[in-house]
Amino acid sequence: MTAVHLGMPAFPSFPEAAEAATTDAQLRRNLRNATHTIRDKRARAVAELSDWAGLRAAAAAIKNRTLRHLDHYLLQLEEAVTKAGGRVHWAIDAADANRIVAELVKATGETHVVKVKSMATQEIGLNEALAAEGITAYETDLAELIVQLGDDRPSHILVPAIHRNRSEIREIFVRAMGRWGRAAPDGLTDRPADLAEAARLHLREKFLSAKVAVSGANFMVAETGTLVVVESEGNGRMCLTLPETLISVVGIEKIVPTWQDLEVYLQLLPRSSTAERMNPYTSTWTGTAEGDGPREFHLVLLDNGRTGALADQVGRQALRCIRCSACLNVCPVYERAGGHAYGSAYPGPIGAILTPQLRGITSALDASLPYASSLCGACYEVCPVAIDIPEVLVHLRERVAETGKGHPAERTAMRAARWVLEDPARLARAQRLATRARRFRPRHLPGPAAAWTDTREVPRIPEESFRDWWRRTQGGGPRAGGGPAGKGGR
Amino acid sequence: MMGSRELVLARVRAALADVPRDEAPEDFPVDRDYLDAHATGSPAEVADLLADNLADYRAVVHRCSAAELPGLLARLLAEHRSGDVAVPPALPGDWLADSEGVRVLTDDGSLTASRLDRVDSVVTACAVAVAETGTIVLDAKPDQGRRLLSLVPDHHICVVRPEQVVASVAQALRRLDPSRPLTWISGPSATSDIELDRVEGVHGPRTLEAVLLAD
Ligand code: SF4
Repeated sequence: MTAVHLGMPAFPSFPEAAEAATTDAQLRRNLRNATHTIRDKRARAVAELSDWAGLRAAAAAIKNRTLRHLDHYLLQLEEAVTKAGGRVHWAIDAADANRIVAELVKATGETHVVKVKSMATQEIGLNEALAAEGITAYETDLAELIVQLGDDRPSHILVPAIHRNRSEIREIFVRAMGRWGRAAPDGLTDRPADLAEAARLHLREKFLSAKVAVSGANFMVAETGTLVVVESEGNGRMCLTLPETLISVVGIEKIVPTWQDLEVYLQLLPRSSTAERMNPYTSTWTGTAEGDGPREFHLVLLDNGRTGALADQVGRQALRCIRCSACLNVCPVYERAGGHAYGSAYPGPIGAILTPQLRGITSALDASLPYASSLCGACYEVCPVAIDIPEVLVHLRERVAETGKGHPAERTAMRAARWVLEDPARLARAQRLATRARRFRPRHLPGPAAAWTDTREVPRIPEESFRDWWRRTQGGGPRAGGGPAGKGGR
Repeated sequence: MMGSRELVLARVRAALADVPRDEAPEDFPVDRDYLDAHATGSPAEVADLLADNLADYRAVVHRCSAAELPGLLARLLAEHRSGDVAVPPALPGDWLADSEGVRVLTDDGSLTASRLDRVDSVVTACAVAVAETGTIVLDAKPDQGRRLLSLVPDHHICVVRPEQVVASVAQALRRLDPSRPLTWISGPSATSDIELDRVEGVHGPRTLEAVLLAD
């Protein structure tokens, strides 16, 4: 089997990359500001719904049902999409998916495609693969555009350019827009509204001439064959509506069984991700529509390691993830380490459990990821599909430990654990966040960190649970009003 | 050699070896222990909530009777100094009756995106509006038109009839036909990608005006 590609030039290991990030004061400031802003607003948006716990339980159960019968739902989806005029392709890994997309684009005779932000295509390194075939992919989300023009990598699922401030963005636009198309207007200031206007003009030219678009999807409805894209800026609508050919690359786990099931996720996702009652735009489409939108629709169903995660009965729950990024925003380790340290398209707590499962734990980086956590449990508390991230982390640590003593992977993992645990202030804060209600609380951390915990017990959980602390400190006003706009990761 | 389709399906089945062979998808329980709607007031209260939530996400909200609608639309288009106004093929006949001096481009399927990029406004009806989230849903029927119609112009006026207002997302989904292309709109296009400052209007219409008709 070939190595699973997750779309990032790998850092040697989490601890090394994290060290590099922590010396970047600007990055740390931006990240801290962003994560705290979003997390406070999220708490207010969630508090608006008295039945949040019921929605969360249903969201987890629906995804569990889907995953336990994934073969059934994949076939049902394939049939429904085909009946509605779409074509379904299956990709075993990144190379397979990239080849399929490149061939589909070539068949149109085009050498340019517009893209709407998609974690799946980031994961498989689609842009680079298309470039190698002489096809240019234009990213159209503002943040992705900033990242692309800056020759950079995203650092947050929701706000990939979180590590750039406004004057850096202005510089990137002035320097690079002309090379990619319409240049930045003369005298561009660093006001966010002016920067957004520059992006609007730059991209409109691309939308109006694009013949092929590539997207991901947030959800696929098995019974109807409907795909759903949740977004804020409208570039998604542009890509899904204007071109003649639409190619959507979607992970096989993104299925929900029924149209009704969307009532759960369309309530949970916007509030968890951008802290909004509803994101500005949601598009749904089923195959092709006569006289409206693309004439050709291709769905590429992507495995790329997902069946490996599915086979692990503890790790399987990571496939419930709806990419809201709530877990990133509450994670003390992510806040300090930054998104790049996780070495794949998936940063933060979800990346720490998803990447090693998709890619395997053979490399030093991937073996170190399960240690990129203090197991404080804040991620589990906010996760709208109730993924018990600490449980999976501990499970993966056990698997790393099984690779054997003296293995280079184990040594890196050890360093990651030390990096997370050595800062007493950070650890104290993490433990303060830990919840009394958590059913999982090891006295000794298994695996490489055992050496650390053997000499010192894991600090006791304080009386106040995370949930209590959250309520007390985050308040929770009656309205969610005017939250930051973003988009759910796809 | 197995094709990718068979290979993926075989891997999925192998991964699920722990699931009892005789378990049907419906055998796995899903408790829907949540509310069908959070807003349970009278239709008038639900309409008020819709207006509040639309405004909260920076849509401009107007309320009027059916008789007042042509006058209101004329005023809104004049205030926006709109010359060219795009409309779907079956916009109710009298809506633009008072809008003198505007050029109405009725989309018969031939308006291109480039042409729409040069119109000043678009006026459409909608399919459903969701009060709890401040959302308007378009389903591309003839009184709303193709999806690009409400996307490319910079100014969108959307008229909501009282019977189209529902309280919740769940109620909206039940009314909608998944086989139609749907666009759910909650306020104008927005981004917070630059230092988390919310900026209205990137690619969709930068101004969204919602007209809620009274009974
Ligand atoms: S793991 Fe949960 S909280 Fe984190 S991105 Fe996925 S769904 Fe959101």
